Amino acid sequence: MAGKHTRPRVATCSLAGCFGCHMSLLDIDERIFELAELVEFARSPIVDKKRFDRRVDIGLIEGGCCNEENVATLREFRRHCEILVSIGDCATAGGVPALRNDIPLAECLAEAYVGGPTVHNPGGRIPDDPELPLLLDKVYPAHEVVRIDYFLPGCPPSAEALWQTLVALLEGRPLELPYELIKYD
Amino acid sequence: MAVNPLIRHAVERACHACGRDPTRMLDIVRGVQQRLGHVPDEAVDLIARETGAPRPDVAGVVGFYAFFSNRPQGRIVIRLCGDVVDRMHGVERVAEALVEELGVPFGETTPDGLFTLLWTPCIGMSDQAPAALVNDVVVTRLSRDVARQMVGELREHEDPHRFVRTYGDGNNAHPAVRAMVENNVRRAGPVVLADLERGAALARALRMTPAEVIREIKTARLRGRGGAGFPTGMKWEFTRAAAGDRKVLICNADEGEPGTFKDRVILTEHPDLVLEGMTIGAWAIGAQEGILYLRGEYAYLEAFLEQVLEARRRDGLLGRSILGREGFDFDVRIQLGAGAYVCGEETALIASCEGKRGDAKARPPFPAQHGYLGRPTSVNNVETFCCAARIIERGAAWFAGFGTPESAGTKLFSVSGDCHVPGVYELPFGTTLGELLDLAGADEAAAVQVGGPSGRLVAAEGARERRLGYEDLATGGSVMVFGPQRDPLWIVERFLEFFVDESCGVCTPCRVGNVLMHDAVRRVRAGLAGESDLEQLRALATTVGMASRCGLGQSSPNPVLSAMDAFPDHWRRHLHARSEPGLLPTFDVQAALRPAEMLTGRRSEVFPPREEERR
Repeated sequence: MAGKHTRPRVATCSLAGCFGCHMSLLDIDERIFELAELVEFARSPIVDKKRFDRRVDIGLIEGGCCNEENVATLREFRRHCEILVSIGDCATAGGVPALRNDIPLAECLAEAYVGGPTVHNPGGRIPDDPELPLLLDKVYPAHEVVRIDYFLPGCPPSAEALWQTLVALLEGRPLELPYELIKYD
Repeated sequence: MAVNPLIRHAVERACHACGRDPTRMLDIVRGVQQRLGHVPDEAVDLIARETGAPRPDVAGVVGFYAFFSNRPQGRIVIRLCGDVVDRMHGVERVAEALVEELGVPFGETTPDGLFTLLWTPCIGMSDQAPAALVNDVVVTRLSRDVARQMVGELREHEDPHRFVRTYGDGNNAHPAVRAMVENNVRRAGPVVLADLERGAALARALRMTPAEVIREIKTARLRGRGGAGFPTGMKWEFTRAAAGDRKVLICNADEGEPGTFKDRVILTEHPDLVLEGMTIGAWAIGAQEGILYLRGEYAYLEAFLEQVLEARRRDGLLGRSILGREGFDFDVRIQLGAGAYVCGEETALIASCEGKRGDAKARPPFPAQHGYLGRPTSVNNVETFCCAARIIERGAAWFAGFGTPESAGTKLFSVSGDCHVPGVYELPFGTTLGELLDLAGADEAAAVQVGGPSGRLVAAEGARERRLGYEDLATGGSVMVFGPQRDPLWIVERFLEFFVDESCGVCTPCRVGNVLMHDAVRRVRAGLAGESDLEQLRALATTVGMASRCGLGQSSPNPVLSAMDAFPDHWRRHLHARSEPGLLPTFDVQAALRPAEMLTGRRSEVFPPREEERR
């Protein structure tokens, strides 16, 4: 994996997700020091770095794509990362945000901003400020937008599962997740 | 709860006519459908009670067959044939005219309850497309004007028969047929489309033992004409040898493979040859019971065929002690289908004869051991029976003198599409594709679909020397010709659409796989696919073909795979045509953003519309 530079670089992002997968990553407790030794965090909220400035070895994607900004971010990740991993149920399958997929976008927005029981919106306008990214017609899992190399399910995947996955990728060996780490009941 | 007396009456009449026999469920449901225009839930309850069949079985039959409906339908049901050849001949313009004239879209009934407008797959009239079924009446060579005129007239007198003014050639003008259908026989050969001295072949067969008849059929190397090409003599031998003394012989006249219409011509012009072959088959396997499974689309031939059957009974060629032979009893009943392509598959066809949904069964056991109502059954194609009769009449050596070592005899080809002389051609096996195309006046053929949607798409260039026969280009009869203006992917997409509709849904590879393949081809055509999508499509097609339960799913990937091999450039041309750099070609970000752009009234700045879309 390494070679060209001293430590492998890892980037992470949360698209249409809840940051729960990132919280789970922090749940590796004191191993976070070990991780900091092992890798260099490139673009990631963990180190508050917002841009790519060179190639990255591993990109971890939390969340699917619900708007144009998600798509653009995901495209950036695909361009800059050697390996992309979908982390968690939103990235791998759309997750909770995808509950809106059976409802037309216009109805969703009308319920949320115009006709909902607790809404006061006499003008009847839906949010349309140019600052706001345009929503997609539905929520797409990451692999429907760009090529994804690996998938790690779970809501969220446990800290241990994330740790094992990262270590396996960094060491370039096959990942063996024991049953306890991938059962969800 | 009181039952509507009209419904009660209709159900009682229909059930009574069939002796309350649940294995005659298709006829019972058809009877109710004819009397009431649909089969309401109440009628389903009553039929179940009258026949003792479980209610879900009755509801299953109503739901499965395209010609039955649990929603009220108009007194006149127009089923426009949406097959690929009809589309090439402008059926879409006819469809527009009908929608305009009737004021309802396809799938709907006019508010006055007079018309229902529906699409239907190939009705066996590809040589005179565009065509439609108006109730049981076949209307061919439709145009916008004719369609408008027809609707106008039907509003006046509500009788589709009166719209047929000129009858077709031959028996199409027979008083029991009276159809505007043309035979379009372009080349009559010596085996099938030749005259027969009624009873002569049968008399010869009765001078032989059943084993000798089977040996004669085997010596002639006769193979099934439906497409699969199983040796007929072997099939008869297995059925004869199977345990059980009540054996059944079924003639598969469910000619549903789009682009095939040769059985229509045989049944119109040479029904005696078919029945002669069936009776010889019955002698060979020891059957007393015969069924002619006639596709619902050919219902216009039913009365005529009944007359032929009756005449044969009268002349001692059917019924008890045939030709005076004590102990040789055999009779044939007609089972009318109700619009289901999959019923052409023999196990589905048997299920349909038993009054059930046309679900294919897993084999073994084969019908020869365990077929119709558990009895040893042989199912053979219409044309196969003709060949069998002729073999007995003229001898195996004479028959095997035509064709090639692997494919003996002659074959009927139904040619349609972009050619000057569509119709039926009886030619010896081994004829080259080029010879057939020349005969049919297909000067500009670019692609040819041999064997219907479940067959193969070949590039005309380079396939002209290939031989029609089991050893190379096998076909049950369908040969569709496509000119250079037709996109092979468009053809493949139409075929997959057909398979999606016709899959019985029992096994997953076929039910889901055909939808996925259709979706993939649509995406390629829309410019939303890349190289990896083609690889995936190929893998998917291979899986569907390998894992499906019956012939439908096993062969539905054929057009995809053969078109990929024959026209690689046509597929590649579409790749990445509309994809956004850096995203998967299958992801259409423009389309995904469109609703939000409409709602907010602004265009995306992150993904601005591409040049060609802005125009």
